[in-house]
Amino acid sequence: MTVPAELHYTPEHEWVAISGSTASVGITDHAQRALGDVVFVSVPSVGSRVTAGEPCGEVESTKSVSDLYSPVDGEVAEVNPEIEDDPGLVNSDPYGAGWLFKVRLEEGEGEMPPGLLTAEEYTALTKDEE
Amino acid sequence: MPAGWATTQVCCDCFPVGSLIVTDSTASRPQHQARRTPLTSMHEQLGATLTEFAGWLMPLRYASETAEHNAVRTAAGLFDLSHMGEIAVTGPGAAAALDYALVSELSAIKPGRAKYTMICAPDGGVLDDLIVYRLAEGDYLVVANAANSAVVVDALAERAAGFEATVTDRTADYALIALQGPRAVSILAPLADIDLGEVRYYAGYPAKVAGRPVLLARTGYTGEDGFELFASPEDAELLWRALSEAGAGDGLIPAGLAARDTLRLEAGMPLYGNELSSGLTPFDAGLGRVVRLDKASDFVGREALAERAGAAAQRQLVGLTLQSRRVPRHGYEVLWDGASCGTVTSGAPSPTLGVPIAMAYVRPEVAGQAAEPGRLAVDVRGRPEPGTLVELPFYRRTA
Repeated sequence: MTVPAELHYTPEHEWVAISGSTASVGITDHAQRALGDVVFVSVPSVGSRVTAGEPCGEVESTKSVSDLYSPVDGEVAEVNPEIEDDPGLVNSDPYGAGWLFKVRLEEGEGEMPPGLLTAEEYTALTKDEE
Repeated sequence: MPAGWATTQVCCDCFPVGSLIVTDSTASRPQHQARRTPLTSMHEQLGATLTEFAGWLMPLRYASETAEHNAVRTAAGLFDLSHMGEIAVTGPGAAAALDYALVSELSAIKPGRAKYTMICAPDGGVLDDLIVYRLAEGDYLVVANAANSAVVVDALAERAAGFEATVTDRTADYALIALQGPRAVSILAPLADIDLGEVRYYAGYPAKVAGRPVLLARTGYTGEDGFELFASPEDAELLWRALSEAGAGDGLIPAGLAARDTLRLEAGMPLYGNELSSGLTPFDAGLGRVVRLDKASDFVGREALAERAGAAAQRQLVGLTLQSRRVPRHGYEVLWDGASCGTVTSGAPSPTLGVPIAMAYVRPEVAGQAAEPGRLAVDVRGRPEPGTLVELPFYRRTA
């Protein structure tokens, strides 16, 4: 199970990559393994407001449907155009081509949004579940 | 599911609603008191995601349930079905006892053959669907769904009481391995001591595979050609390895319960708990053919089923395909012109068709409508998703 060191994480199994005032969001390797083959992702629409810790979409797999949470506050700037036709990218490349949406942060540049976990903290959390 | 991952709706169509994988955040490590099959260690070695089903620790998937499903359709898949119940009914009165206990005419099966049938309650409600193998004149093997095994054993014992027959729960005496797919024959043939060309569909008789004695049956739950091997638990790992090696060059991979469910759904086969239940008769599910009202013996449920056979149907089981990728799930409402007309019994993404498919009970008038576009939809978590009525099965093998 991969947990890239440079990313941040949530207890709801999203990863966040902060670049300037933009946060890119996806779900983790741990999550995609638990879900199985992803068949559909409902992402928030561009321009909509998202709130940290609140559901903003759904991830549907063969056997389940789960809420997709936003890890940060802000406005959705971009969504992954590939995801609609190729939801399996979430399984095959959860941290890369399987990214889901990008948020324009309200925090000033350089400020970390609150409540995010480091790779170490997230790894410890998932180990506790095993 | 991972802890903290709130699932809005989790639908494991292979499983009774509310089973552990749905609600328990420790589903990645199911309860340790769940029964292990003779192959559970093998699945662990293969890296399977295990789940608890009907009190058994079973492989849900190994890597990708879609890849496993596709392998069964194009090459072959290997399944551990040791959780199923095996009940021996033996004695000079065994045939008569089963003619009374079940809805079909089991005395008409020739030794070496099998029959798909059901056991019903006196009111005609289905207690389980079964495959019954006749091994000899007075020797039958009844195979029940894992979740209903205890109920079936008890019902058979009670119903056989007036006959010269013994009912024995032999589940612990069997491991069950299924090899399913278009390459099943070519994979199994070098390992079997009999000519597989002689083993017709729904035949089942003793043979040796990899030198080990098995009951070899040409039955399955996938809609493909294939075999089910009833073996001694001590031989399970040997047989699994032998079949895996024999099929390695032919694309054979292990397949779990997730793939088993999408395969049977595509093949239009019912799952007890979804399409069949104690509140439904075989006729509701379009399986009135298993009820032999004209057999000479009386049987449990005869009166109620005779009445039901003559009555107007209150519901019909239909197939649906949907246009979007959102999947209709068990319990979702089916809409006709915006109004509720029925309920989804099973739904899943169909790897073979490339769209979500579902079976549903709908009002007969709706079932009878021509496939007019734009009138049918399924309420998928608050949004009506347009769909089309299709004939079952969704998939039929060509070979």
